[in-house]
Amino acid sequence: MIEFTTWDILRNLLLAARWTVLLSLVSFIGGGLLGLALLFARISPRRWLSKAIGYYIELFQGTPLLMQMFLAFFGLGLFGVDVPAWLAAGMALILWSAAFLTEIWRGCVESIARGQWEASASLGMGRLQQMRYVILPQALKIAIPPTVGFSVQVVKGTALTSIIGFVELSKAGTVVTNATFQPFTVYGFVALIYFALCWPLSKSSQILERKLNVAHRNH
Amino acid sequence: MSLIEITEVRKSFGANEVLKGINLDVQPGEVIAIIGKSGSGKSTLLRCINGLETISGGSISVAGAQLADDEVHLKALRLKVGMIFQQFNLFPHLTAGGNVMLSQMVVKKTGKAEAEVMARKMLDRVGLGHKFDAYPDQLSGGQQQRVAIARALAMQPIALLCDEITSALDPELVSEVLAVVRELAAEGMTLLMVTHEMKFARDVCSRVVFMHQGRVHEIGPPEDVFAHPQTPELRQFLGMTGHA
Amino acid sequence: MKYHLDFSWLPQYAPDILKGVMITLELIAVGGVLGILLGIFCAWARALGPRWLKAPVGLYVELIRNTPFLIQLFFIFFGLPSIGVQMGELTAANLAMVINLGAYGCEIIRAGIQATPKGQFEAGRSLAMSPVETFRHVVLVPSLQRIWPALSSQVVIVMLGSSVVSQIATQDLTFAANFIQSRTFRAFEAYIVSTVIYLVLAVIVRQVMTLVGRALFPRRTAA
Repeated sequence: MIEFTTWDILRNLLLAARWTVLLSLVSFIGGGLLGLALLFARISPRRWLSKAIGYYIELFQGTPLLMQMFLAFFGLGLFGVDVPAWLAAGMALILWSAAFLTEIWRGCVESIARGQWEASASLGMGRLQQMRYVILPQALKIAIPPTVGFSVQVVKGTALTSIIGFVELSKAGTVVTNATFQPFTVYGFVALIYFALCWPLSKSSQILERKLNVAHRNH
Repeated sequence: MSLIEITEVRKSFGANEVLKGINLDVQPGEVIAIIGKSGSGKSTLLRCINGLETISGGSISVAGAQLADDEVHLKALRLKVGMIFQQFNLFPHLTAGGNVMLSQMVVKKTGKAEAEVMARKMLDRVGLGHKFDAYPDQLSGGQQQRVAIARALAMQPIALLCDEITSALDPELVSEVLAVVRELAAEGMTLLMVTHEMKFARDVCSRVVFMHQGRVHEIGPPEDVFAHPQTPELRQFLGMTGHA
Repeated sequence: MKYHLDFSWLPQYAPDILKGVMITLELIAVGGVLGILLGIFCAWARALGPRWLKAPVGLYVELIRNTPFLIQLFFIFFGLPSIGVQMGELTAANLAMVINLGAYGCEIIRAGIQATPKGQFEAGRSLAMSPVETFRHVVLVPSLQRIWPALSSQVVIVMLGSSVVSQIATQDLTFAANFIQSRTFRAFEAYIVSTVIYLVLAVIVRQVMTLVGRALFPRRTAA
């Protein structure tokens, strides 16, 4: 058996952490784009559309992410193709992130006073113009802290992709543990690397939130 | 032909009918005060004229533009009537100038330079030319309401709807807003205002509409309505507000 | 696509599913109660506790909130035995859930405590209650009432997150689904069934939290 130094362990984990970062970015950006589209549908005056998106959100918020990954993995498999783990993982994470982001952003849009909609309507703006020039610029500002906060959930969510066989930080932890028989050290390091990725995001979300509250109090 | 024609307008919220068949014709240049207790339907009527509420029955037209429930018709109508709100509803992320320029550029596709010229002119008109670059939260309530008036005027409407535009203001700020409205009236702007300022209504308006329980209960020139109320409801209302 | 969904295995494996559901419910019952209690203690410590306690509790909360539950679980189940702390998979799963909910609950409850009007503390003190008594009798219940909806959502999130305990062979609902798919090769169907059950469980857990809230806060006074 090969001897692993602490540095060997850490190096292997850090190399795998690149995949965690990449998958997080893809999921967050993909989820954000899909979420934006769903947001427009969710706040649409067309009842059936808004309701359908509401059910979508409830479905993804009311079931385990792990189940969603299994379903993506085996569901895509039904089409007869051999599904690579990264594809199923990415798809599940994007759909899942989109559901949460849509709900977060809807809250922000709805927190904009009704008078803003009415004033812009009385000036003759259409719905898209109202969104583009009046509502979104205001909603965006209050959406930033919770959105950054949610990115932490995405990073942590990528850990589940190890279960369907995608090799990222968590999976690497299991592999390295099996090779070294040092679970305490390995999982300790894995946790610390996640912490190093997530904590700055959490902290900046808090700071942004505080800044926003101060700005609001000055009104 | 009347400028604004309101015919048999009905409006219900659920089972609650707040407008029970309103008829009102407004001639160009008229200044009309709508008075009445809260819940009498006066604000709802104003909001219906601007299409902010859909009507359950009847019809409304402004200079030939019919109120209908689609964006094309609504836009055509709203280009003819501007609206001023109780809570000002300025866009907080834009400066006073930006507030006045936005809808010109977005709705009318006016060029930026031209929109700015118009914005400065309108802000001057309400006495706030020097506040072009101020954000709403840097302005007093009275100033914000005057910017809101400038914003509506910049769209060059042929009539203005004013929904209790001084009710949210501190007493000392009311007069500066009313002065602007008085000037607009003198210039011949058609005005429909829901108001509690009875003295202003008496001095400036050509007709006063008293609404009660979703109907036009009394209507007439202010000297008649205020001096010789025909119904006990109006007498009671005027007594309450201390302007019998 | 020529695939026909087949649920004919369902009656045969219903007992396995039921057993999994019971374990999942047991996990969230224990995790929920103990986790909220831990959360209350930590919230008190961070908001009103002695200085020496604030730092370690803060570190715990930040560590848990910024690492995946899966890794917390692995650390407890695989890591701790190497320093002599050994436990069965069910205990490990329970412990991980309590620790996890404790950290999230802490921050939620702390927000509720911090929204308490200052006069409440002063009133309690003026009645000669100690700070701890004031917290226990005056501050705590209205604080919990304020954040109960958020706390309920968190309990649901932790319940859904518990599906990963199958990875240390805790025989929960997900474990049952994995078992069934390995026997029947009907993976998609097995996970559809378990997903639907999770959805129902989420509704039930939320309902239970609402009922508990109604029992704890019979009068809808404090804002």
